[in-house]
Amino acid sequence: MGVDTAKPAQGGAVLADDLPRDQFYGDLNKELSDKGFLVTNAEDLVHWARTGSLWWMTFGLACCAIEMMHTNMPRYDLERFGAAPRASPRQSDVMIVAGTLCNKMAPALRKVYDQMSEPRYVVSMGSCANGGGYYHYSYSVVRGCDRIVPVDIYVPGCPPTAEALLYGILQLQRKIRRSGTLVR
Amino acid sequence: MSKALRQLGELIQSAFSDTVDGFHIAKGELTVEAGPDRLVELMTFLRDNSECRFRILVDVCGVDYPERPKRFDVVYHLLSMHLNQRIRVKLKADDETPIPSVTGVFPSANWFEREVWDMFGVLFSGHPDLRRILTDYGFQGHPLRKDFPLTGFVEVRYSEELKRVVYEPVQLGQEFREFDFLSPWEGAEYILPGDEKADTAEPS
Repeated sequence: MGVDTAKPAQGGAVLADDLPRDQFYGDLNKELSDKGFLVTNAEDLVHWARTGSLWWMTFGLACCAIEMMHTNMPRYDLERFGAAPRASPRQSDVMIVAGTLCNKMAPALRKVYDQMSEPRYVVSMGSCANGGGYYHYSYSVVRGCDRIVPVDIYVPGCPPTAEALLYGILQLQRKIRRSGTLVR
Repeated sequence: MSKALRQLGELIQSAFSDTVDGFHIAKGELTVEAGPDRLVELMTFLRDNSECRFRILVDVCGVDYPERPKRFDVVYHLLSMHLNQRIRVKLKADDETPIPSVTGVFPSANWFEREVWDMFGVLFSGHPDLRRILTDYGFQGHPLRKDFPLTGFVEVRYSEELKRVVYEPVQLGQEFREFDFLSPWEGAEYILPGDEKADTAEPS
């Protein structure tokens, strides 16, 4: 599982004695170098793989898209959680609906969602996507993108901060770990 | 500035005495009220005359006055980069008689006029492609008219049975409630704080 079998460097060995977390990795490393393999169950492995590669579909519709970009920029750096932006729905696992969803855009949103491969998740970002928000009573705005696609995580805010979206992604990872199965 | 605008207004009125009803200058801006008869000619004049040289059509927009028989204003904003001047041409219209399109004079009028048609339902004769531009495909009505309801008539949702997005009559859980009692758009009788400063200094 990508754990380095080589002995830790001198500095790393010192740290391993200090922290309990590094104790865990030290044990893991010892077991691996002793036996040459690790034992886990398939479900954990699948969840680990899924949560670690949440490639997201960029569906920026309005000002929330700016915060979505910020989340991916070096300060918050979403990519360290394995979440990379994809321009194609066929390569992505999670769709972040960032912004106001208009009636005219709704069929396109659904089409993009239908093109995503299973397992797929949707994060609704911002008041407009959650429930219409400021434009709730407008003639041209969908009152929440959950009328069009099933939503897993709602991130509130107008727009949500980059941290809030990051927290939403982490909550999605948590949701996948807790409720995910092989067939969704 | 005001003098130059007045001269310009008089020039336009003398050249188009039959179709230009008048002009006025408010807040340092010249507004010309025109009729639809010789609009294309007027626009060509404004573009090409050496005193005008309004080469840029900044905007075409509409205004709705439901109480008037000819309920719409179509407003053209022009900019002269050569002479550093702006002008506004106003035109009265209703929802039946088309007004002449100025796409032949200013190509940028194409989408502006489509927008006015979409939002107000003003017809333009001679427009190459008068379709809706902003609203949904198959949209009914013209949303910026004062008698168009805020929430419209239809809303969308995805139908799991039909596997597509369907349109249904609007059903609101709660009616729209207006809490903005200070809105200047609702014909308020009072003066909003700060508004008293607006009319004291007339820019010249």
